[in-house]
Amino acid sequence: MSEAALELQGLARNYGERAALSGVSLSLTKGQTLVVFGPNGAGKTTLLRVLATLLRPHAGDVRVLGSSLPNEAWAVRGRVGLLGHEPLLYRELTARENLRFHARLHGVSDERVQELLESLAMASRASEPLRTLSRGMVQRVAVARAVLHNPELLLLDEPHSNLDPAAVELVAPLIGSASRRTRVICSHDPTGDLAQADVVLGLRAGRAALVRAVAEVDPSEIAELYR
Amino acid sequence: MSGVQSPPQPSETAPPVSAVGLWRTVGALLRKELLVELRTLESVPAMSLFALSTFVVFHFALNRNSVEGDLGAGILWVTLLFAAILGINRLFVADADQGGFDGFLLAPVDRSAMLIAKTLTLLAYLAVLELVAVPAFALLLLGSPLWPALPGLLATLALGDVGVAVIGTLVAAMAVRTRARDLLGPLLALPLLVPIVIGGARATSPLLVQAHPTAPAARWLLTLGLYDLVFGLIAYALFDFLLED
Repeated sequence: MSEAALELQGLARNYGERAALSGVSLSLTKGQTLVVFGPNGAGKTTLLRVLATLLRPHAGDVRVLGSSLPNEAWAVRGRVGLLGHEPLLYRELTARENLRFHARLHGVSDERVQELLESLAMASRASEPLRTLSRGMVQRVAVARAVLHNPELLLLDEPHSNLDPAAVELVAPLIGSASRRTRVICSHDPTGDLAQADVVLGLRAGRAALVRAVAEVDPSEIAELYR
Repeated sequence: MSGVQSPPQPSETAPPVSAVGLWRTVGALLRKELLVELRTLESVPAMSLFALSTFVVFHFALNRNSVEGDLGAGILWVTLLFAAILGINRLFVADADQGGFDGFLLAPVDRSAMLIAKTLTLLAYLAVLELVAVPAFALLLLGSPLWPALPGLLATLALGDVGVAVIGTLVAAMAVRTRARDLLGPLLALPLLVPIVIGGARATSPLLVQAHPTAPAARWLLTLGLYDLVFGLIAYALFDFLLED
């Protein structure tokens, strides 16, 4: 039987009195892709931050890569790559300095930094402060940061935002299905991202309105989430 | 060098595994801190200019060419304290605003590394501040040369700086994630830093007596050292909790 990368049973997370996630249950096998749909404020980003160990679950059982959260969060850190709305990079540092900083935190060599900069066509701009780069270029550097340590699980929040079609192709080997990593993708693009999914989660007001294998999902059900 | 294991997390059943050594992590963080400060020049120039301006104000407001003893020591330490507050307020701003906290928390590293790196960063800021401020203080407010008092003054400043850096880092980490961080930082820091100002000023006062300068009283140096130690231990015990969600 395939090993589970994610096992959620009744996951809940609150912000004060407001429930951001409530009773979310699902299972994802290693190597599979979970695509999460839902309108703004549905809890997609909160879900990613819980899985990344940045937020504690307030209720439910959460296992990521075989480790229980939050008790074994230490065993998950370093095995997860998070690409969120924020690039998690310092604006005053160059792309190379930012990536070297993260490389040192993860015990990764500088050669890996150079390799990623070249594969993302950023080597020629790698010595410029991040604040001088376009948003698309910053997103490419953020992709490099997220995969720098070769994580087993990728948590991607609208990973193609700000990327032009050429850049989408550049990042595909690193964060696309070709990367052969377990992935959780938050998306607003049913037409594009449904094709990448093995399992689909539809969130509405923090609750799982839809959890199903992609073959059993009717695109109209996803459209319904946004109404 | 192998990393030191940090104490168990509030809700973690096993100690965190550090894939990267503590001092290697501290080195990476410290290098990043200094690079960001060199690029932005947000903290140290502001701290130094504040101290210089304050000495000028005292020079004219007191309408005296020289101060000595308790008055001189008080002016020096209070000025350094308020200049330090400026640096403390900015210490975690880039991390909070640009996602540095999250980037750090995602890494398999000992979280105490951030406490050590930020404390060393603040110590470096204070050292540069004092390189500018102490000669300016001597020029504007001391009637006699500072050289005879310098060894004792350096020892007192070093002990005071360690306490300011540790408390400043702790308080800045508490305040930075709040909405009123610019207000909360100084409000939390000032009461905790008052004993350092008292100890520092009392230890410095005999050094600035123009007629017969004497060495700082050992009990005040000991007080400063003990205060540093106590807050160093408190900061080490609390810091991981401050970074937690």
